[in-house]
Amino acid sequence: MKSAVIVFPGSNCDRDAHDAIEKVTGQKPAMVWHQESELPEGTQFVMVPGGFSYGDYLRCGAMASRSAIMPAIVAHAATGAPVLGVCNGFQILTESGLLPGALMRNAGLKFVCEKAPLTVENANTQFTSRYEAGAQLLVPIAHHDGNYFADTETLDRIEGEGQVVFRYGRNPNGSARDIAGIINEQGNVMGMMPHPERAVDDGHGGTDGLALFESLLGSA
Amino acid sequence: MTQYAEGITAEIVKEHGINDAEYAVILDRLGRAPNLVELGIFSVMWSEHCSYKSSRAHLGKLPTKGEKVIQGPGENAGVIDIGDGPNGKKMACIFKMESHNHPSFIEPYQGAATGVGGILRDVFTMGARPVALMNALRFGAPEHKKTRQLVSGVVAGIGGYGNCVGVPTVGGETNFHAGYNGNILVNAMAVGLAEADNIFYARGAEPGQPIVYVGSKTGRDGIHGATMASAEFDDQSEEKRPTVQVGDPFVEKKLIEACLELMATDAIAAIQDMGAAGLTSSSVEMADKGGIGIALDMDKVPQRETGMTTYEMMLSESQERMLVIMKPGREDVAYEIFKKWELDVAVIGETTDTGRMVLTHKGEVVCDIPVAPLADDAPKYERPYFAPEVRAQLNAKDVAQPSHMGEVLLKIMSSPDMASKAWIWKQYDRHVMADTTASSEDPSDAAIVRVHGTNKALAITTDCTPRYCFANPFEGGKQAVAEAWRNLTATGADPIAITDCLNFGNPEREEIMGQFVGCIDGMAEACAKLDFPVVSGNVSLYNETNGVAIPPTPAIGGVGLIPDMAKRAHFGGMREGDILLVVGETEGALGASVYLKVIEGREDGGAPLVDLDAEKAHGDFVRGQIRAGRLSACHDLSDGGLACAAADMALASDMGIKLAHEGNVPMHGYLFGEDQGRYLLAAAKEDAIAILQDAKADDVPVHVVGLAGGTAVTVNGAHPLELDRLRAAWEGWMPALMDQLVEAAE
Amino acid sequence: MKAKIHVYLKPGVLDPQGAAVAGALHNMGYDEVTAARQGKLIELDLTGDDVEAARKRVDEMCAKLLSNPVIESYSIELA
Repeated sequence: MKSAVIVFPGSNCDRDAHDAIEKVTGQKPAMVWHQESELPEGTQFVMVPGGFSYGDYLRCGAMASRSAIMPAIVAHAATGAPVLGVCNGFQILTESGLLPGALMRNAGLKFVCEKAPLTVENANTQFTSRYEAGAQLLVPIAHHDGNYFADTETLDRIEGEGQVVFRYGRNPNGSARDIAGIINEQGNVMGMMPHPERAVDDGHGGTDGLALFESLLGSA
Repeated sequence: MTQYAEGITAEIVKEHGINDAEYAVILDRLGRAPNLVELGIFSVMWSEHCSYKSSRAHLGKLPTKGEKVIQGPGENAGVIDIGDGPNGKKMACIFKMESHNHPSFIEPYQGAATGVGGILRDVFTMGARPVALMNALRFGAPEHKKTRQLVSGVVAGIGGYGNCVGVPTVGGETNFHAGYNGNILVNAMAVGLAEADNIFYARGAEPGQPIVYVGSKTGRDGIHGATMASAEFDDQSEEKRPTVQVGDPFVEKKLIEACLELMATDAIAAIQDMGAAGLTSSSVEMADKGGIGIALDMDKVPQRETGMTTYEMMLSESQERMLVIMKPGREDVAYEIFKKWELDVAVIGETTDTGRMVLTHKGEVVCDIPVAPLADDAPKYERPYFAPEVRAQLNAKDVAQPSHMGEVLLKIMSSPDMASKAWIWKQYDRHVMADTTASSEDPSDAAIVRVHGTNKALAITTDCTPRYCFANPFEGGKQAVAEAWRNLTATGADPIAITDCLNFGNPEREEIMGQFVGCIDGMAEACAKLDFPVVSGNVSLYNETNGVAIPPTPAIGGVGLIPDMAKRAHFGGMREGDILLVVGETEGALGASVYLKVIEGREDGGAPLVDLDAEKAHGDFVRGQIRAGRLSACHDLSDGGLACAAADMALASDMGIKLAHEGNVPMHGYLFGEDQGRYLLAAAKEDAIAILQDAKADDVPVHVVGLAGGTAVTVNGAHPLELDRLRAAWEGWMPALMDQLVEAAE
Repeated sequence: MKAKIHVYLKPGVLDPQGAAVAGALHNMGYDEVTAARQGKLIELDLTGDDVEAARKRVDEMCAKLLSNPVIESYSIELA
């Protein structure tokens, strides 16, 4: 599977994303600088990694979501190809309008880094097909602004459509309805605060994130 | 010769921290009186912070050489050999610890944040990608009115910076003591990795090379920060607030990537970060080490504010700036890379063969001084000192025996220095870069960070027991080094080298200087015996307020290597039925112990003595047992002695421990004594037998002390402390302390 | 010309920072404070002197970058 990892100034999980993708797919993803206006020919999977693009200044993900590469990502998503945003990548995808809602400052006001218990709410997506529905995972989180917000109507709608993919077992940040990860209506753009790329290896963070990348491989 | 240049007075010279004798040297070297710019430059170069004038005479006693040492003290950071990397190329580990004490007390968030930024620059300046951050923090008494706000600000600052630049903060230590009420300690350590044949030094520049400025623009930040770090506090210090710099971790992150990209091009002759005294120290350093001169055109310095003077530009401590001397004709390479990363870049001058530092501003020469005296003639003082009285040892038999050891253990484990620090480390990204095998959250005596793409890992620890250093500077200095060595050993690592951050009071007081000398002498002996040289470090003096000094705190940052990730240990793997063994002898050393402070409210008694031969023998034995795969858990014994190590192991393994006490040592001394050179091991019965046999053959004292099982820690079947209760108290102390802050705010 | 843009959270969106500020003030004895909302002030230096044209452009900047319509509202002052 041909993949691309988008690199913004301030991205800091780009190498981790690269290594996780390479480990699972056996192919090195292209590292795409934010000032490019096109994705490499033949790109299937796009990952928008975590970090602090533009220092998290103005709003997390706001400036990255207006960078040169974004129209290409939006167009790529419109073809139904898989796009995954993790942590800052999730913030960028909501800011760009590819995903509903917004991510606000954690309710506790502090940065929180811990291994978060998650439940797989929807195992019927191209990102989660290798998980059992209801599976309990332990995946690292590390963020200051992961408090998912959407109006009640939007929340009801995404719940109803099965767009809530991961839910926290113990809410770390005040997220509405314990939401940790969501997918778009078409089922090809997913955003999540927990870091699956930090959980693909026994020597670091466990292996509960492996199946996510393996699911993608199966669907490609 | 006129004594003072126009506009300069004796008062101005004094304000620059230059005494009469020092001023006479300047007059002699220049052959005339210095102007304000020149005075400012001498002032920062000869400050305690840059010149080590009070400490240099003693630092030379520390062993700095070793088989694995590539670069010892004198450069931005120390460099050690860690063998082959993923591509078969020789790898080096580059590390240093540095203080940011005064700025953090005045503005905790920015002080701590810029401390992290500064130490990261020291490491990537040398060509290393930073892979881990550690921090050793000392705060005042928990109940002191400023403590909570300082803890909260410092922790947020460390996290705010480290999290954003994407370097994991993997460990450290936090102590609370009234001795730090007026002077907290924020010591940050950075560790990086580089290919051993691609390391960058301050030396290496030649005449005729362009000097390139990169990074953030220069503003009026922190003018005279370097001299502030060398002056005692008084009640007016809070007025000094505007001198504290503001950090921008986003720029730092871009600077790391841009510098590493530039370093891969072979276009650099020499490179320095602009730390304390920014443009002055970085340019003087490279000129001095290269034996050359420099000419700078101040109009070309990127400026954030209008109307800046040369004095302000040369002394500014604006953060996230680097000075690079390029090979001639290669400036374009730097321009291209730094423009890509949206960073300021400008050629601001060139190197010369004059040996002088010549600064031009608005067409006029505003400074023209020889470089050599700035570095070579820096004052060096043999400060008078007397050795502080060494406190007498305390016999455990003379300390009242408590009736219920479980209750005592509960109280100690939930005391400020022993309680869980999860409140702190949850605010640090410990996992970014995906190589953290063990961090603060894990049951490990040292943080473990893999060497990316290999089966090896670095083990990293910070250690110091200030209450021992206060009781007996020599033994305390020894102990700090020995404990770092022990913590690395307990993970299965080969300890390699240390960095140090020596925090003391006013060296002009003989008693304080005596503490400093005693600690250095003790450290030197331990480094030599344990083959654990010092490769980098930092001295922070004048940590006192209104004549009250901090406890002597020589913080040690130790680095070791785990050659094979499959052969390592932690203290969370104890299984039911495991035999518990203690390596080393227990005599019940309660002097200056946690027990004495928490239970008796006393801080007297002598520090435990460190037998370095035994330390080495016991450590080598334990490492051998780890590599033989015999241990299910291993933990060093330190604060709180056997009982607290057992409690840690029980909590981490979620398994009770039945301790047995026999012999002549009183039970409280046996359980809580802090005798040195000891480890607690857990092993299955057959392994325990083999360990005891090996111990006999190697003549290492190993004793059976208990058995794993149940849901409580017990002693001789009595004194039970249920793990659930222990865990709640251990985890609960710090949130309870900090929630008071929230209450105060709400 | 200068544009001052106030960006604030929409009513109904939880503002934990504002809540902490209100709590702190209350705790300090300022009992008259019943609520606090924390926002941002962004100042822009602009060329040109056509106020209405500037307002249109700045409004566009707010919609495109400076605010997030999911959670934030804004107001513009030109002078």
